[in-house]
Amino acid sequence: MKRFEPKIVCFLCKWCTYAGADLAGTSRLKYPANGIVIKTLCSSRIDSEHILHAFARGSDGIFIGGCHPGDCHYQTGNYKTKRRIVLLKRVLEQMGINPDRLRLEWISASEGNKFARQMTDFTEQIRALGPIPKYDRKEDISNG
Amino acid sequence: MKRIGVFICHCGVNIKDTVDVELLTEQLENYPGVVHIENYMFMCSDPGQNQIKAAIEENKLDGVVIAACSPTLHESTFQNVIEEMGINKYQLEIANIREQCSWVHNDKEEATRKANLIIKTALEKLRLNESLSPVSSPMTKRVMVIGGGIAGIQAALDIADGGYEVLLVEKKPSIGGHMIQLSETFPTLDCSQCILTPKMVQLAKHKNIKLYVNSEVEKVEGFVGNFTAKINRKPQYVNPDICTMCGDCIDNCPVVVPSEYDEGLSWRKAIYVPFPQAIPATFTIDTENCLGFDPIACGECRKACKPEAINYDKKPETFEEKIGAIILATGYDLYPVEKMAEYGYGKFPDVLNGLQFERILSATGPTGGKMLRPSDGKIPKEIVFIQCSGSRDPERHNSYCSKICCMYSLKHAKLYKHKVHDGQPYIFYIDIRSGGKRYEEFIQQAVSEDGVIYIRGKVAKIYKEDDKMIVHGMDTLTGKKIEIKADLVVLAQSMIPSEGVNKLIQNLKLSTDEHGFLNEAHPKLRPLESIQSGFYLTGAAQGPKDIPDSVAQASGAAAKVLALMSQQEIYHEPIIAWVDEEKCSGCGICISTCPYGARALNFDGIAEVNEVLCEGCGACISACPSSASQQRNLTDDQINNMIDIILQDNLENSLEKEDMI
Repeated sequence: MKRFEPKIVCFLCKWCTYAGADLAGTSRLKYPANGIVIKTLCSSRIDSEHILHAFARGSDGIFIGGCHPGDCHYQTGNYKTKRRIVLLKRVLEQMGINPDRLRLEWISASEGNKFARQMTDFTEQIRALGPIPKYDRKEDISNG
Repeated sequence: MKRIGVFICHCGVNIKDTVDVELLTEQLENYPGVVHIENYMFMCSDPGQNQIKAAIEENKLDGVVIAACSPTLHESTFQNVIEEMGINKYQLEIANIREQCSWVHNDKEEATRKANLIIKTALEKLRLNESLSPVSSPMTKRVMVIGGGIAGIQAALDIADGGYEVLLVEKKPSIGGHMIQLSETFPTLDCSQCILTPKMVQLAKHKNIKLYVNSEVEKVEGFVGNFTAKINRKPQYVNPDICTMCGDCIDNCPVVVPSEYDEGLSWRKAIYVPFPQAIPATFTIDTENCLGFDPIACGECRKACKPEAINYDKKPETFEEKIGAIILATGYDLYPVEKMAEYGYGKFPDVLNGLQFERILSATGPTGGKMLRPSDGKIPKEIVFIQCSGSRDPERHNSYCSKICCMYSLKHAKLYKHKVHDGQPYIFYIDIRSGGKRYEEFIQQAVSEDGVIYIRGKVAKIYKEDDKMIVHGMDTLTGKKIEIKADLVVLAQSMIPSEGVNKLIQNLKLSTDEHGFLNEAHPKLRPLESIQSGFYLTGAAQGPKDIPDSVAQASGAAAKVLALMSQQEIYHEPIIAWVDEEKCSGCGICISTCPYGARALNFDGIAEVNEVLCEGCGACISACPSSASQQRNLTDDQINNMIDIILQDNLENSLEKEDMI
């Protein structure tokens, strides 16, 4: 049996976490290759719809990286993200998606170590959770 | 459909060793929109760039994806290349397959699969990229320098000489920084004050420099070329135009506090001049220690002042200044020795830090330049210098090397020897780092001519016995325990970012390293500027540095600023928000979301974007309930397409996946 390789979409803000991910690279730290990065200028650009869209397309986990509280390049963007993600996690639960599949972390440009650690940890967590349950339309109809 | 060219860089072996570039080329050859694909050893090199240009011409490309290192390194290089070929620079995407792929993965198959997806996301984004032109706004030709130490002074003078107005903001009542406290400087042993004070006077008299002492920057708003800074100035309570510097006020002030200039080794009054050569040369009342003038509790200084220069009714003032660029020269502090209990600092008056010893050596210091120890005023005959005190100690203190301590400890030993010919200096060291012009010769000379004894090892403990300081250490070269009965101990404390800078940095949203030193935009290629445009770094604020390095960096940063100031207009990234008027319902959520006040409703009740104020964070876009707001070149469609391509093979693998659980 092949090991389950989760598909992870990572949204990283350009100023902190993307730079932190670059630092992990320049420091030659190793982490699993499951996450693919989409760079945004600020974590507050990430709409709930993008996250739901990714889950609907079968993403097993979604990782969002922003600046530490107080460090946002755009003053308050990360606070907006935090509020959005807290709410969205509750919505996900009601939709039958384990909210642990969505992770928000503050990683600064100097925290290459933390980025690598988070990537490893999140990938392992999602691997343990297994593939995201598929939405079965037929079953939905038969259940009324 | 766009005609896209994909260029995959080997980066020597950096990418090629972990990512199968040939396989990638094969896999992406037939990807929709790709009309040309190639790989090459160094895409950023001249031949690499020429190859891109040739391919653009031959295949009539109108979009380019470069799969190489992080966009922070060479995005602008490649943007210039395609612009030269007449393609808008926003038709370039960088696929970061080095920092975020080849360098962080070991498995070649895995890394190649990931690189494939990274390039595909870049392709999907590029497919919908618009050609944009930068938003321009006028350049404010004034510069603010924060910090009045040697780095700030040098930068301010260079820019002012270039013909632009400079505001120099200094927290303390005088400029001069730590350099003014030093006795003599290595390796030439010229007097620190003699080389610094003429510069301070020059600065004070310069017609292009406005000096704000006793002042702190509270807030900076805006963007490069158009900053507005809010500066708070504490009152001095003494009118410098009337004050004759007679000193009668000092004689009558009853309050005595430790002098900052002498690092606590002497005393000053609550009304004081920081040091005789202070610029500006005026008295200041230190309100924290003054007995109080609101209501007047003492008032002795005002009674004594014959020209009536003292006015207790002065209030703190706030100034708003428009500036185009900011130089940060906030300097350093010494690592608090209180954190190093084993060295007994504070407990024993004869354990000093480096700056205190500088004051004892200095002709303007508490002993008038005589070598006397603080406890009993005796001449110390044996003296121990301890290097790396608080540095190169990742377990307990700072992990970094403080860079200047090897040189200044030796300078201390040498100057001590010049004053006490029969004295014996010992230096405990881990390694001697003397990289710098004539630095190594300085060390060799001290060992051979001045008889400085170096002991390799760390000091475990210092304690007092009679009037001696007993220094216990280990010579790691011979493996023997060492005990020295010293008269004086000097700790070479490591440099840390100056106190109070943290708040400023947070306010300005600048990035720092894990120790709190300011981060440069690129460690090798852009060492003088911050990643935040319009901010420049000099001196020890960026990392431990000696005087020559600080001055060099200050002049370098000044040159950068002069280049910026010579532009008439400043160009602003056009990756900003725009509104689809058809979809906008005028709800106004975007207005309350925007941190920059760049959003407003127009006469038709439709939200607008002020292109100069918008910074492009995208908060308004994700907040818009009707998807009317979009970000240029990062639209919802582009993000969703990128997500789709990342998850594309999920459908194909889904059957396999079910078997796996």
